[in-house]
Amino acid sequence: MSFTTLLMTLVSSTLVYAAPLIFTALGGTFSERSGIVNVGLEGMMVVGAFSSIVFTLDFDKTLGNATPWLAILVGGAFGLLFSLLHAVATINFRADHIISGTVLNLLAPGLCVFLTRIFYSGKGQTPVISQGLDKVTFPGLSKIPFFGEVLFTRTSLIAYLAILISIVSWYFLYRTNIGLRLRSVGENPVAADTLGINVYKYRYMGVLISGFLGGMGGAVMALTITLNFSTNTISGQGFMALAAMIFGKWHPIGAMGAAVFFGLAQSLSITSAYIPLLSHVDSVWFQIAPYLITIIVLVIFLGKAVAPAADGTNYIKNK
Amino acid sequence: METGKNKNAIIIPLLAVLSGFIVGAILMLIFGYNPIQNYGSLFTGAFGDIFSIGETLRNMTPLLLTGLGFAVADKAGFFNIGGPGQYLMGWFGAIVFVLHFKALPGIVLIIGAILVGGLCGSIWSGIAGYLRAYFGTSEVITTIMLNYISLYYVNYAIKAWLAPKGSDSSPSIPSKASLNTAFLQHLTNNSTFHWGFFIALFCAFAVWFYFNKTKSGFEIRGVGLNPSASRYAGMDVKKTIIVAMLISGLLAGVAGALDGIGNYQNISVSNSTPSVGFDGMAVALLASENPIGMMFSALLFSALQIGGLSISVFSTTPSEIVNVVMASIIFFVAIRYAFEILLAKGIIKKSNKSKEENN
Repeated sequence: MSFTTLLMTLVSSTLVYAAPLIFTALGGTFSERSGIVNVGLEGMMVVGAFSSIVFTLDFDKTLGNATPWLAILVGGAFGLLFSLLHAVATINFRADHIISGTVLNLLAPGLCVFLTRIFYSGKGQTPVISQGLDKVTFPGLSKIPFFGEVLFTRTSLIAYLAILISIVSWYFLYRTNIGLRLRSVGENPVAADTLGINVYKYRYMGVLISGFLGGMGGAVMALTITLNFSTNTISGQGFMALAAMIFGKWHPIGAMGAAVFFGLAQSLSITSAYIPLLSHVDSVWFQIAPYLITIIVLVIFLGKAVAPAADGTNYIKNK
Repeated sequence: METGKNKNAIIIPLLAVLSGFIVGAILMLIFGYNPIQNYGSLFTGAFGDIFSIGETLRNMTPLLLTGLGFAVADKAGFFNIGGPGQYLMGWFGAIVFVLHFKALPGIVLIIGAILVGGLCGSIWSGIAGYLRAYFGTSEVITTIMLNYISLYYVNYAIKAWLAPKGSDSSPSIPSKASLNTAFLQHLTNNSTFHWGFFIALFCAFAVWFYFNKTKSGFEIRGVGLNPSASRYAGMDVKKTIIVAMLISGLLAGVAGALDGIGNYQNISVSNSTPSVGFDGMAVALLASENPIGMMFSALLFSALQIGGLSISVFSTTPSEIVNVVMASIIFFVAIRYAFEILLAKGIIKKSNKSKEENN
């Protein structure tokens, strides 16, 4: 393999693994910025993966090439519906955020495999979809010498979209009124309430956006990597996205950067065999790396001061 | 006031269990399955004969222990979601010990395996406890990360060192080191019931005794309720944090060790972290972390899992329905505030509950 081809493979597989993590980590950012801890990202991804696969299997004959793109939105929509549970429990019924999130993680695989068995004659996994998200070569951009081949040839379009969405999220959270309010209920809900901001409304917004993005993340995972749904479709990506969010200091761009980094680690665990210096390193190190690095970074650089101040606390309005 | 609270402590879990079963029933009705028949086969599947009872009690063993582990940490104010990793490390440690010291007598192997398993579990949780105590690192994050590190590490170790070439499982342990003896097999009609069950019951009583009758247990509860007050009262908060996490991981590690040498007899590569670690959380939460109450909640969840297998034998209903029931039960425990409102008003309206369920 030539150096450029190797780099192209590495970049595109990094992006493929990073895309689901970017969406989901952004989801986590929205929820936690509004003050609701979200360890249920994994469950939201499961629901998104399941619904997008079912949608693709049912409609790919009629919708043709547009199917996978619509399927991502369907995954997001069902992720949003599912996240309502978390919102109702934590915002209205004062549930512990971590317990409620854990419920999502317990419920989603059970429910989705239950439905899979009903829809697909008792089997624990769906058939493989005929059309996933294919790799794309950007017209024009791919003609740029070297960079065009490395970055824009046979690569993941959805990952570039995810990166774009992270920039939009940053703009939304840090440069708009609504975003400021959403962050304020996560920092100091009492003060926000005195200023007339509806704490419950903005917390709902945070959790539901998180469900939508988490569902999209699960859908992207299913449509690009596994191409069907079973219990193993989502195995830890939600938790890895949670780690990316924390690693990125609860900031959209930071979360995206961390997700790309984790994508690189995952991609290296597969592609390292072709890379001269890394081919002797056992792939277990690349599998462990994202988790280990998160712990080390947390210990050395972060402490605990960077999470939104009211993250994980229930807001009980005084009547 | 106090008695009212105690009454709620029993009523709310019961209501949560009932509501969970109702959610399951509604879901089954929606897809045209018969809930009465299915809950019937669930019950016979779990308690119908001596074999089923043996299976249910065997499955209850790790649930009770991981639940106790979660409870000990939570009493001290730590959310130890690392049960799966600590369980896996305990399982791995126990099997490695037995395979390495094969020549020793059976009883030494068994005791050694349980101790090594417990030690591995507590080292794994101890890391999170230490980082929390000295660096303020969120234990929720570290334990989640440690779960995956243990998964990949153990998978790698099995393939690299334990399993014969081309296999994904370690060799089986010699039968002298197994907790599943011929006597128990004979007694329970060849079920997988093993002596570990009694060890788990003993641990539940020990944890109860520890919390209620010892100074260290009192300190853990004190730190959990109010760390600042405990510090002013002269308790070493950092030490207490680490002790709580060590005990917590010890219990999860013992759960893994008992499953390893009692149930599986070997260890295999797996795709995901063992779910029993998370199920233990469910056990603890349902019983409000009362060690004695947890025996009952562990029995309930174990019966759901074992009995659930029979559901798909006697009907076309997917057995995953029990996972939905279990998750719903914990959901209702989590939103106990909703029940408290309803209880305070003196009315539990069915219509209100089904509204929440449909969300």
